[in-house]
Amino acid sequence: MAGAVLFTVIAALALAGGVGVIASRQPVHSALSLLLVLGSLAVDYLLLGAQFIAVLQVIIYAGAIVVLFVFIIMLLHARGEEDLTRRAVLPPAAAVSLGAAFGLVLLIVLAGIAPPPAAVDARFGTVQNVGRILFSRFLLPFEAASVLLLIGMVGAVALGKRLPARSGSLPRGASPAAAGELRR
Amino acid sequence: MIVPPPYQLALSAVLFTLGMVGVLVRRSALIVFMSIELMLNAVNLALIIFARLRGSEDAQVLVFFVLVVAAVEVVIGLAIIVDMFRSQDTVDVDEADLLKG
Repeated sequence: MAGAVLFTVIAALALAGGVGVIASRQPVHSALSLLLVLGSLAVDYLLLGAQFIAVLQVIIYAGAIVVLFVFIIMLLHARGEEDLTRRAVLPPAAAVSLGAAFGLVLLIVLAGIAPPPAAVDARFGTVQNVGRILFSRFLLPFEAASVLLLIGMVGAVALGKRLPARSGSLPRGASPAAAGELRR
Repeated sequence: MIVPPPYQLALSAVLFTLGMVGVLVRRSALIVFMSIELMLNAVNLALIIFARLRGSEDAQVLVFFVLVVAAVEVVIGLAIIVDMFRSQDTVDVDEADLLKG
């Protein structure tokens, strides 16, 4: 009973956060809504017996990724805002109805393939259990993931470096008008 | 498992749909990126639900890898967004048409 009440609260918070992400005018409000979604999903993971993943969710997603988002929003400041006067390629009404239809199909398919819940013991989803699988059957993907992280690090450094203007590319710090000129 | 699986899966489906609508409607690259994160999380939730239903932790390991890839993706994606802002002074995805020809 307590679990059902908790899940209702979690689901309401997650959905409110999800709407907040896509409906906020300010990017920083979107980032905070994303944090709300991530936090409530972490609690839901606990309900589903995934303690290890719940902790990872808080550390990696809420702790690292959202902070990175907020940093970039701070860096781009208010100039990163959308021009809301222009018409979107896809009208919002069309996108929402398309989304509703898609969500319905997704829900029917997902609910259709859901097996009945299996009985699990109290140690399901602990760091010990998940770690044992991770370091035995999934050892090679685990090592590949570390290489991927290295590539991401090197790539971010390479992208973040201020390169001298190459011939044929846009000069750094060019005004939008000048950029438009070049593009034409 | 106290909460019926269809309700859990419904949460996952609705979150994924919200993310999809965000990608379709918003033009700020940052918001589009956050919507993609929303979709990744919806998929993670579905994986966790199915891991619980099947009584196997393999899907939880898969979620671990999704988390790693998402972290790398955010780092590279945000670096690209900053680079785009530096060179074009905007993060509007409709303005990023340098390769349009």
